[in-house]
Amino acid sequence: MNSLFEKIEPLLFAVEKPARYVGGEMGAQYPSHEPGMVSWLLAYPDTYEIGLPNQGLQILYEILNENPGALAERTYAPWTDMETAMRAEGIPLFSVENHVAAHDFDLIAFNLSAELTFTNVLNMLDLGGIPVRTADRGGTDTVVLVGGHCTYNPEPMADFVDAVVLGDGEEVVTEITAVVGEWLAYPAEQRHRAELHRALAGIPGVYVPCLYAPVFDGVRQVGLEILDPAAPAVVEKRTVADLGEWPYPKSQLVPLTEVVHDRLNVEVFRGCTRGCRFCQAGMITRPVRERPAAQVADMVANGLERTGYDEVALTSLSTADFSGIEDIVSGIVNDPRNDGRVSVSLPSLRVDAFTVSTAASIGSVRRTGLTFAPEGGTWRMRRVINKLITDDDLYAAVDAAFSQGWRRVKLYFLIGLPTEEDADVLGIARLGARCVEIGKRYHQNVTVTASVGGFVPKAQTPFQWHGQDSKEELERKVAMLRQEARLTRGLQIRWHEPAATVAEGILSRGDRRLGAVIESVWRQGGVFQEWSEHFDLERFTTALDEAGLDLDALTTRTRDEGEVLPWDHLSAGLHPDFLWGEYLDAIAEVGVEDCRWTPCYDCGACTTFGIEHVVASNQAPAGGSQGTGQGLDLSPTPVALSARPA
Amino acid sequence: MTTERLPERLRVRYTKSGRIRYTSQRDNARAWERALRRARLPIAYSEGFNPRPLLAFSLALPTGCESGAEYTDLRFAIPGESSSGPVVSPDATKEDALAIGHLLDSLLPEGLEVVTAAAIGEDRTSLQEQVTSCSWIVEVTGMTEAELVERVEALLVADSVPIERERKGRRVTDDLRPSIQSLGVDGGGSSPGTLRLSAELATKPRGVRPAELLRGISPNLRLVRANRRAQWIDSDGTRLEPLTSDGRLLGAAAPMAADSGR
Repeated sequence: MNSLFEKIEPLLFAVEKPARYVGGEMGAQYPSHEPGMVSWLLAYPDTYEIGLPNQGLQILYEILNENPGALAERTYAPWTDMETAMRAEGIPLFSVENHVAAHDFDLIAFNLSAELTFTNVLNMLDLGGIPVRTADRGGTDTVVLVGGHCTYNPEPMADFVDAVVLGDGEEVVTEITAVVGEWLAYPAEQRHRAELHRALAGIPGVYVPCLYAPVFDGVRQVGLEILDPAAPAVVEKRTVADLGEWPYPKSQLVPLTEVVHDRLNVEVFRGCTRGCRFCQAGMITRPVRERPAAQVADMVANGLERTGYDEVALTSLSTADFSGIEDIVSGIVNDPRNDGRVSVSLPSLRVDAFTVSTAASIGSVRRTGLTFAPEGGTWRMRRVINKLITDDDLYAAVDAAFSQGWRRVKLYFLIGLPTEEDADVLGIARLGARCVEIGKRYHQNVTVTASVGGFVPKAQTPFQWHGQDSKEELERKVAMLRQEARLTRGLQIRWHEPAATVAEGILSRGDRRLGAVIESVWRQGGVFQEWSEHFDLERFTTALDEAGLDLDALTTRTRDEGEVLPWDHLSAGLHPDFLWGEYLDAIAEVGVEDCRWTPCYDCGACTTFGIEHVVASNQAPAGGSQGTGQGLDLSPTPVALSARPA
Repeated sequence: MTTERLPERLRVRYTKSGRIRYTSQRDNARAWERALRRARLPIAYSEGFNPRPLLAFSLALPTGCESGAEYTDLRFAIPGESSSGPVVSPDATKEDALAIGHLLDSLLPEGLEVVTAAAIGEDRTSLQEQVTSCSWIVEVTGMTEAELVERVEALLVADSVPIERERKGRRVTDDLRPSIQSLGVDGGGSSPGTLRLSAELATKPRGVRPAELLRGISPNLRLVRANRRAQWIDSDGTRLEPLTSDGRLLGAAAPMAADSGR
């Protein structure tokens, strides 16, 4: 085990935020690299501050280090100043704990959460001394894996990875360790990568792209050839049935330097059946699996005690839906050990399912802004996307927030949604203006911020066929919305750069030919593409031209029902006819209920894997009108509030 | 080691070394806040919209520098009736203060080590304002010892040493010379090829960072290590430390502290 620290240290005075490169977090482990142990380098393809809090990597970090046959360290993308210094000094990408070179690990496993980080993966492999293309790796090169939400269409990254892991990683990492350990036991000269690939393909949930060859005709993929009998026709995702068996992370990392989401994070459930049709996370993580409430309470109490944090986030895709959420929250807020100094944040709350009193009790420590996500500007639009919040649900929530003393409210919206008309876009300004009006009943000055993102259709969702808006169309809609919003003092519009939405769209539903595009963007210097100061769409369009690919065919083109999609051989359990039916219902403006509290409509997520929802209560929580079958008419009392934005 | 009694105000002397030296002053404050919460000490909070624990640091240590002499002043809250654990008491002794220092030492991240702690009196000007100069050991590369000695001697006889630096987003030119109270070359540093400088730098009107000192000496110098050895309070021409390593309070409210510590 060679530590590079002596070579790294002289660079640290000259770079921004040197604490990114030294590790030292509470909870960090410094495993000894003994022969016979399978060494994992867990990697996040963005800066330390963004990557460190990633819960998925922290869970796997602990599970692997508990395994006597494995060890794990971590790495993140060095910022450009550090990368320049490292390349000048010949220092490879290293782990932050023992400062071991990436190429000295047996495996490097990336979390892929955002398409615009793909080029960083290539850069990190290259900086780490690992051949960027799978075809160029031999028997002694590090094995490259990816997991995370972007892997439900991994085809653009297929040329660069040995294997893709679909779904929950808790169990599969142990199986991968065993397979890789067996392969590594062969003398190096007898180690053939093809054998490793075949063995990995035998693990459920593991997709080995090089065992498949897509067939293209013009802009479309028309088929998929299976090159090896070891490769299954369809790879199904992995799902952990009972979150209660996996109380991880047990020792959440507490970094020495400030990171995003710098607080205790406790995952209260996984999966979501609200059925928002634009939401990939809600589709691919089904069914709902709640953590037992007693375990949540223990993890919160122990975590606060161990870390000294004064904030805990109860994380999930829709935390207000957790059975008994109010008891959990009041238990934390009223715990005498917390001395009234611990605040609770509930990311991803709906607009309609929380009582004012609970939100106010959370807000008693610190009152920053409140965030709601209506997503669509009109009730019609929200029926299309199945986010069944009425205007009055939103107004009631906002009224409660302002009346409880909040002065800033943030609203999240998407534009470029299927069937969207200008009236739907202008509806965003109308809703915002009305919220300002409500706020002025309570305060002289209020701010309502409408944050607008361009919609990018994602694989394994009902909108996977839908053509996204062009850059010009998104720009037109943003301009129209800004114009309208100028009429209301106190209403601010923030928007995501349409060019970045286009780049994300290229990668989100691209096929294997996009590998050449990603490599070209990287070779043109395109790293940190999710950072606006480094992003440039022109690199992507240049790369598409070089590869002979058509931007519109990839982004704005609506796919046909029967068309082969590049991810057809990968499954999150959802039946294709369920997804298509949902797409048709969306266009017909028909909503669908949440199956946690209503009968099954057979999306496939449970039946495919022989599992079901794990919920402590089969009653919808108070105010859970959305999709619960409690009626979409307005009930006056229930109000949804989130205490702090994520 | 635990204690039941707390002084209302406590001064802690600590060191910063190892990997944690790459964290910023802001990160340092956050590490202290977490340790104080884990210690379950009744730290007082500021009033207002976003209450913060009341702990005050001496002059910010530049990111990357080590220190043998960092200080923070803590204020504890007068307890409510329900308070369990240690409470503020006029009977708190020197040993009580040390016990809190030990407790915090065990809860701070590796690299932040408490040297000693002592009760201090009320309503002094802040440490940051009291400290008048700092002693530094700075290790550099980029020139020979003879060249460095020559440059240092030239600097010491110069009337002014202008350097450019950024202040509130603007480039300004400051004269370093008045801030340099002493400067000398001490031969080789702790790693091969480095040279060691020792300096005493005034903090008024503005502090000088080691990197800025080097720019004033020569643009060819590269900073390898920097260690703040001491912070000084000038009291009628005598240099005193805010709290000595052996726990004597000299610079601050010594008589009052002596009363409460026994």
